[in-house]
Amino acid sequence: MRVGVLALQGDVSEHRAALADLGVDAAPVRSVTELDGVDAIVLPGGESTAIAHLLVTSGLLGPLELRLRAGMPALGTCAGLVLLASSITDGRDDQPALGVLDVTVVRNGYGRQIASFESSTELEGGVRVPTVFIRAPRITEVGDDVEVLATIDVGDGVHPVLVRQGPVLGASFHPELTADRTVHALFLDLASASHAALSN
Amino acid sequence: MSPSKNTSTVGSAIVKRGLADMLRGGVIMDVVNPEQAKIAEDSGAVAVMALERVPSDIRRDGGVARMSDPEMIKGIQGIVTIPVMAKARIGHFAEAQILQALGVDYVDESEVLTPADEAHHIDKWAFTVPFVCGATSLGEALRRISEGACMIRSKGEAGTGNIVEAVRHLRTILGEIRRLTTLDDAERYAAAKELQAPLALVAEVAATGALPVPLFCAGGIATPADAALVRQIGAEAVFVGSGIFKSSDPERMARAIVEATTHFDDADLVAKVSTGLGPAMRGEELSTLSERLADRGW
Repeated sequence: MRVGVLALQGDVSEHRAALADLGVDAAPVRSVTELDGVDAIVLPGGESTAIAHLLVTSGLLGPLELRLRAGMPALGTCAGLVLLASSITDGRDDQPALGVLDVTVVRNGYGRQIASFESSTELEGGVRVPTVFIRAPRITEVGDDVEVLATIDVGDGVHPVLVRQGPVLGASFHPELTADRTVHALFLDLASASHAALSN
Repeated sequence: MSPSKNTSTVGSAIVKRGLADMLRGGVIMDVVNPEQAKIAEDSGAVAVMALERVPSDIRRDGGVARMSDPEMIKGIQGIVTIPVMAKARIGHFAEAQILQALGVDYVDESEVLTPADEAHHIDKWAFTVPFVCGATSLGEALRRISEGACMIRSKGEAGTGNIVEAVRHLRTILGEIRRLTTLDDAERYAAAKELQAPLALVAEVAATGALPVPLFCAGGIATPADAALVRQIGAEAVFVGSGIFKSSDPERMARAIVEATTHFDDADLVAKVSTGLGPAMRGEELSTLSERLADRGW
């Protein structure tokens, strides 16, 4: 299984380093040819409007959407989650959404940079994961097919921060900025299972 | 799975440096009004720098250049969804306090404005908002990082449309980093002394071969080819000041520089976006300048 990281803009190198820690040499993806060469993809943190713009100008938007709809495993963190979401509020009117994760997200829903914070969350089985939220999107609604894997409550209610729909994983925080590899390992497990199922 | 009620920490180093990480591979554009900010966002900018005059106009007008009017910063914050940065004078921590109170996403302690303190830069650890600072050398970069800067940019020579100084600063910083990685432990003490930088930071750079914060390029970028050049030299993102809105077709220039910054090693693509752009900003030969902004700060 070949794993790629969408490398148009954002913290691509942190995701590649996180995957390298787990023994995976992830390829940067900036073109349709490079997309064709991978079986699973990470959509990194960055500015979702800029990445969306570059998805259009690079001709990747349509092919990426097709691959995701055909079941390509994906992990989107922060801006990556925004791109995967089916509904974006407080975005630009023309911001394209890939729509493969049935959630509503509010861009910068936790506030501006001065409100950006670090905290931690807990996954099933009591696994504690450190979380870094940077101008993070807030997940406000999840569809019936979406499983909430982790939530956070920093004093303004309980909100999902890690969600899964089939082989697609979305995080409103940045697992790639910490040394904890739980989320990337989860993604690789999902991707391998999905890849094995497709190969059979 | 149980809901986890947690304490949360704002303004920590990982949170402040993290926003700089998110801007990697992008273009940060100087804008002087909401209309320009909208063009910047539409063109794929990752952030805008809100200021009253672009550096070439500051250079032309002379006088004391200060922090922008909060009203114009608020106007820009109200129109875009991308991060908004703003400049404070070197050492002017009260201007930085105002910018933080306004909720700007990044403060540029900038030599483009007239310095307010000739001995002290701002203590940037004291702030929740992250800071970017300019540097011409590795020692200068490490001094700024030791004061709490979360992003370093080359100073270049702002407002000239001349890339030569930014190239010099980038090559100096990156060359000095490469040299540090070849030193043994004993030699690092002398290097720290020569660089006038804290030993702990010098040792960290020697071990990792990189600054502990992102290194961006600023000062003199005027064309897509300039962006492709500095990205290939090693800048992780670019600031474009006068180069966009002083060109003949700002919207096309903005889009072209964004493309060239992302696809910096694809010469066919950079050639395509460079075609028929119209005149870039006029630019200045450095020998004709009466003052070098890069000499401000230390």
